[in-house]
Amino acid sequence: MSTTVLETQTALDQALQASTAPRHKSSVEVTDYNNRQTVGKITVDNPKMVCRDVDVFYGAKQAIKKVGLDIGANEVIAFIGPSGCGKSTFLRCLNRMNDTIASCRVTGQIMLDNEDIYAKEIDVVQLRARVGMVFQKPNPFPKSIYENIAYGPRIHGMVNTKAELDELVHDSLERAGLIKEVEKRMQEPGTSLSGGQQQRLCIARAIAVNPEVILMDEPCSALDPIATAKIEELIDELRENYTIVIVTHSMQQAARVSQRTAYFHLGDLIEIGDTDQIFTNPRHKLTEDYITGRFG
Amino acid sequence: MAISQEAHTVKQFDIQLANLRNMVLEMGGLVEDQIQSAVAALDQEDSNAAREVIARDRIINGLQVKADEDCVSIIALRQPLGSDLRMIMSLANSVTDLERIGDSAKKIARMTLQMYEGVSSQPSAKLLRDVRPMAELASRMLRDCLDALARLDIEKALTIIHNDDELDQEFQSALRRLITYMMEDSRTIGHAINVVFIIKALERIGDHCTNIAEHIVYLVEGRNIQQRRNIDMDAASTLAHNEAVKE
Repeated sequence: MSTTVLETQTALDQALQASTAPRHKSSVEVTDYNNRQTVGKITVDNPKMVCRDVDVFYGAKQAIKKVGLDIGANEVIAFIGPSGCGKSTFLRCLNRMNDTIASCRVTGQIMLDNEDIYAKEIDVVQLRARVGMVFQKPNPFPKSIYENIAYGPRIHGMVNTKAELDELVHDSLERAGLIKEVEKRMQEPGTSLSGGQQQRLCIARAIAVNPEVILMDEPCSALDPIATAKIEELIDELRENYTIVIVTHSMQQAARVSQRTAYFHLGDLIEIGDTDQIFTNPRHKLTEDYITGRFG
Repeated sequence: MAISQEAHTVKQFDIQLANLRNMVLEMGGLVEDQIQSAVAALDQEDSNAAREVIARDRIINGLQVKADEDCVSIIALRQPLGSDLRMIMSLANSVTDLERIGDSAKKIARMTLQMYEGVSSQPSAKLLRDVRPMAELASRMLRDCLDALARLDIEKALTIIHNDDELDQEFQSALRRLITYMMEDSRTIGHAINVVFIIKALERIGDHCTNIAEHIVYLVEGRNIQQRRNIDMDAASTLAHNEAVKE
């Protein structure tokens, strides 16, 4: 979706919003989240991304309500919460994946290294190279293993010679912990790999374009425990060079891989804090009820 | 964050947690009986009752093993988090303290046997003068502990910690008196030493009650109030000792 269409959509939605504003003002919902405060410290000393007052609307429905948080450099931050709480929606705001959804409108501020990623001059393709994404289901291109990795660096003009490209492909697969398994079958289709291998291929593909932030949306939900353990180990290694934001339904996974955890509920950021504090001594009742399995 | 009173979505989890808590409280009740029976046996010079106390300690040990197994099984099967995790850890730790309190009762029973069966002369009443008030204080602390655990009552837990100072002071003055008796009349030394073991056992009960009270505070508030300062000092003195040994 091009920027102009998006802007038109935004303008239309805003007009719609304005016309219904008086009714909204008197409704309970608005008051609720205006009075709501996020429990825990949203800022970090060394932020890679800074999000403030982020609202996301799907048409007239508000999916994210005034969410503000920092994502620290070289940290793994986990977003948890029940289905429909907005964690994936918020994750997708971080590299403007929501631009592709026609009815979706994002307001507020999301900064990557002090640069507003929703500013007009931002090239979304470049942004998505800097903020890569790994999805729930492994989605390799219907091409060879080699081409899956080579495609990104080639279109971004990151390499000049075949030798350089070969090295980059090799290096990416190595960093994704996949090289030993695929070294001798580079020309076979990416889809011929197992689920876990495909997911690591997708991670290798994401890191091939040298991103700064990697967004992971339920990266292990389709994998068995061994493949999951490999991805989790990989996440821990990648943290040295990248900032990682992971959305997960598995609380154990959030606890294992992340340093900070944010709990979302019905579009609100309820609580954020150090992972071990969130899982041993959450401050907000909703967080406590969710992590202990007391949700009605 | 206080403890949520709401039920879990998985009902079986609630049942398991409730069973575990009841088992720990039941164990606490037995331990309380043991202290009272042990002190009563001493009071009434009843060797048979003392033997029964020693025999019943096995039941308490059995409950400890069962409670530990249940804790491990809940951790493995339910992966408790938040207040559930704190509940399991606090109960598991409290069980250890309760078992040790049971051991103290057993120790009092052993000393009773030693005093009334081992030697020909019987201890004079003044040697045993401090045992009863200390035993009452220790029993009350344990009862308060179990009460605080059952109701998750923080204030009561903090009172217990305060009471332990009182028991410690009782112990110190009792010890001073016993030393005086021993200096006055060396024939009392044999029995006085047994009494020292008994009052030491009662003093230890207070320490274990303090631990349980600390577990309760952790359970409810997620705050660790154990006296870190003392632990660090111990570590430092051990290091210093090791250094000295090396030299």
